[in-house]
Amino acid sequence: MVSIFSLPRIRRSLPFPPRPDPEMPAPQCASCNKARAALRRPRSGQALCGTCFCAAFEAEVLHTVVAGRLLPPGAVVAVGASGGKDSTVLAHVLRELAPRLGISLRLVAVDEGIGGYRDAALAAVRRQAARWELPLTVVAYADLFGGWTMDAVARSTAGSGRSRSCCTFCGVLRRRALEEGARLVGATHVVTGHNADDMAETVLMNFLRGDAGRLARGGGLGSPGEGGALPRCRPLQLASQKEVVLYAHFRRLDYFSEECVYAPEAFRGHARDLLKRLEAARPSAVLDLVHSAERLALAPAARPPPPGACARCGALASRALCQACALLDGLNRGRPRLAIGKGRRGLDEDGPPREAEPEPSGPPASEPVPAF
Amino acid sequence: MLGKNRLIFPGEKVLLAWSGGPSSSSMVWQVLEGLSRDSAKRLRFVPGVIYVDEGAACGRSPEDRARTLVEVEQVLQRVGFPSHVIALEEVFGLPPSVLRCFAQEPESVGTEGAYKAAVDSFLQQQCVLGAAGEEPWSQPRPQGPQSLAGPPTAVQTEALSRLFDSVKTLTAKEELLQTLRTHLILHVARTHGYSKVMAGDSCTRLAVKLMTSLALGRGAFLAWDTGFSDERHGDVVVVRPMREHTLKEVAFYNRLFAVPSVFTPAVDTKAPEKASIHRLMEAFLLRLQAQFPSTVSTVYRTSEKLVKAPRDGCAASPPGPRCLLCLCTLDVDSADSATAFGAQTSSHLCQMQAPGPQAEAGTPTTLCCCPGLGGAQGCCSSPPWTPCRLTSWPRPSSAARGPGASRRSKRICWGTAMMRRCPVGAEVRALGPHPTRNRQARTGRQGQAGCLWLSTCINKNVLIRKLYSTHGAGRAGPLAVCGAGQRRAPQGRLAGAAVLRQAGGAAASLPTAQ
Repeated sequence: MVSIFSLPRIRRSLPFPPRPDPEMPAPQCASCNKARAALRRPRSGQALCGTCFCAAFEAEVLHTVVAGRLLPPGAVVAVGASGGKDSTVLAHVLRELAPRLGISLRLVAVDEGIGGYRDAALAAVRRQAARWELPLTVVAYADLFGGWTMDAVARSTAGSGRSRSCCTFCGVLRRRALEEGARLVGATHVVTGHNADDMAETVLMNFLRGDAGRLARGGGLGSPGEGGALPRCRPLQLASQKEVVLYAHFRRLDYFSEECVYAPEAFRGHARDLLKRLEAARPSAVLDLVHSAERLALAPAARPPPPGACARCGALASRALCQACALLDGLNRGRPRLAIGKGRRGLDEDGPPREAEPEPSGPPASEPVPAF
Repeated sequence: MLGKNRLIFPGEKVLLAWSGGPSSSSMVWQVLEGLSRDSAKRLRFVPGVIYVDEGAACGRSPEDRARTLVEVEQVLQRVGFPSHVIALEEVFGLPPSVLRCFAQEPESVGTEGAYKAAVDSFLQQQCVLGAAGEEPWSQPRPQGPQSLAGPPTAVQTEALSRLFDSVKTLTAKEELLQTLRTHLILHVARTHGYSKVMAGDSCTRLAVKLMTSLALGRGAFLAWDTGFSDERHGDVVVVRPMREHTLKEVAFYNRLFAVPSVFTPAVDTKAPEKASIHRLMEAFLLRLQAQFPSTVSTVYRTSEKLVKAPRDGCAASPPGPRCLLCLCTLDVDSADSATAFGAQTSSHLCQMQAPGPQAEAGTPTTLCCCPGLGGAQGCCSSPPWTPCRLTSWPRPSSAARGPGASRRSKRICWGTAMMRRCPVGAEVRALGPHPTRNRQARTGRQGQAGCLWLSTCINKNVLIRKLYSTHGAGRAGPLAVCGAGQRRAPQGRLAGAAVLRQAGGAAASLPTAQ
């Protein structure tokens, strides 16, 4: 048995960053060729300086919006702002692009009532709104959904013996809340800050859970409004998470970066873990997954039924009751898992019984993740 | 499984792709049981077995390979079907027709009535033949396993091992191996008149393959890669009868019925988890399966819901051009799609400085400046907003090739292009022959063998360069052969559930007999 003392002494590396080697200077920025490169873009390995990178990022978002015709001029756009990096970057970029696109922005923040997390995030949103002079509206679950906050939901679902599926509730209810908030401010479009990593995780998660309905629905750049719902889109969809963080760093944006209290229980954590490993092995994996998701062809029987209207609230719904109403119904009756699980799916999947699909609490402090 | 799908007509010649592994061995065994006279639901096709010796790709020594071949031949003697033992080196001798898709004959895609009629007529024939009819495959048995050519020459072996050594990533190696193996098996099937190939993918393997295909950008082709039947080659159809059996079931079956199998190391044996996408996915799925026991079957069920049509149901349009390697309809359709845009991360800023050469063929530039957008006039103004040029996104595969290459990139699907394009990270250029090696190979005669096959079957419009090009590869042309092409691992599939059930009945008596 070799003891560590018998090994040759290894010289520990100094705590300082290595001095620039004169023989191998840092590369020049590939686009302006003037400044020293500050980073390599994660996908292409191209060396860019800070300004050029930010310009490239903004240009790509502009191209996404314009090429996909996502936000026509004159649109009143409600930005779902959570105070996290994605929505902060989204709001900032859209604010820069607003004169060119001819849109006007409103910030809508959703207060789920998660103590110790959401209140700090909302403080960040308020600071941003003040700095950017954008009108901010805060909608709270407690007001919209009859006094149910996420903490109350978590308490109510805690005793069922299986894992708490509070993420399911949060995702569905937050989407409703965002829609309500958007209507309150008179918006015509809703944008959220989902990035490419989110989409890749979503498609992985949907495959792992066998959610053919969501697989059929997802993959595009957003959904056009159907049945009276506001059209939604995700302009940051093709930007990877690393680039979003780098952009926020270079522009020195102020955001809130902690993880939701309930995040460790979400199934999305597995998908995220897998995605991180894939990305380490092959950086283009994220984009490949998004490309795959766009082109999935599912059988007509697996596709979700055409949307109708909810019997209670009139919102877009695939079944008699929209998901939000169904979930709230379950909560109010004291049977929180009523709308979750195998039995509730009439026309869709008949796969093996699975646990509730936890709608994610999202990547740390960022936007609601799609369950389109 | 076979009865439910009604794809294999009685009297048809079917090639069983056997890799020596447990699920393909189980498949061969079940076919053997199913074809025997006293089984309840008798199978009615004419089988043959093919074994591809991949030792050169894995870097095994000739003695190891000879030893394995001896074991293989013992097993094949026991099985008794006409068999073909092929070395992977014979890909160098394949004709170009391997890469072409032949049109399907309409009668091979049987309707209900056609299948029943075929079965009836077959049964009548059998009655007429009476007791004199032996199994049709028993005649060639004394010849033993046939090979297409003699044992591979050292030249070919070295060429093949150099081909695989030049592939820098394990993922690309595995893909290349699958592509070459599939082409070889197809060629054998065509030359010997087999119309179907049975591959032995089990449920677990298919779930891993599905997730890997997703991660490699082959979402459009999942139904072909993992479905029951794969008819993209036209005349030869690959079926996967074992796709409902998990590896665990296969292992139990093999154990209970003493199914002979031959262990051969593969390219990814003992590879660490991060070495390739396949390994990552496999490890992840099996780990998740431990926690959520329905994971594999859930993924399998999702794969059942996939159809082969393009996503938006434009099935009426004529099929577009096909990828050269995997023969699927190209999914890199227009620069309008979300990810066609997103793939262009490296070139647009350079384009801002040098706009000329970037306006290449195959790049629609109408997106940004189209007048219908109205308020987009402002975007065409000064830097840094110059989306006009930014919209001239070349196709993804041409991004790394630079100007002038986009014409050639039209024949490769996304997955293949991505395999060779990925510029950074653990996986570098997929098959770039090292520049110095290129120079040496130019003079070496070994290079000739490698480039011969590829040069004859690939025309100059194609992105794929010859491996060791003696005609001057110019820029180090990474070989796109290693693309995400053939995802099927035709490792010999066992017959389906029907066979298992009736074989289970027949084999229940086996343990007592033994």
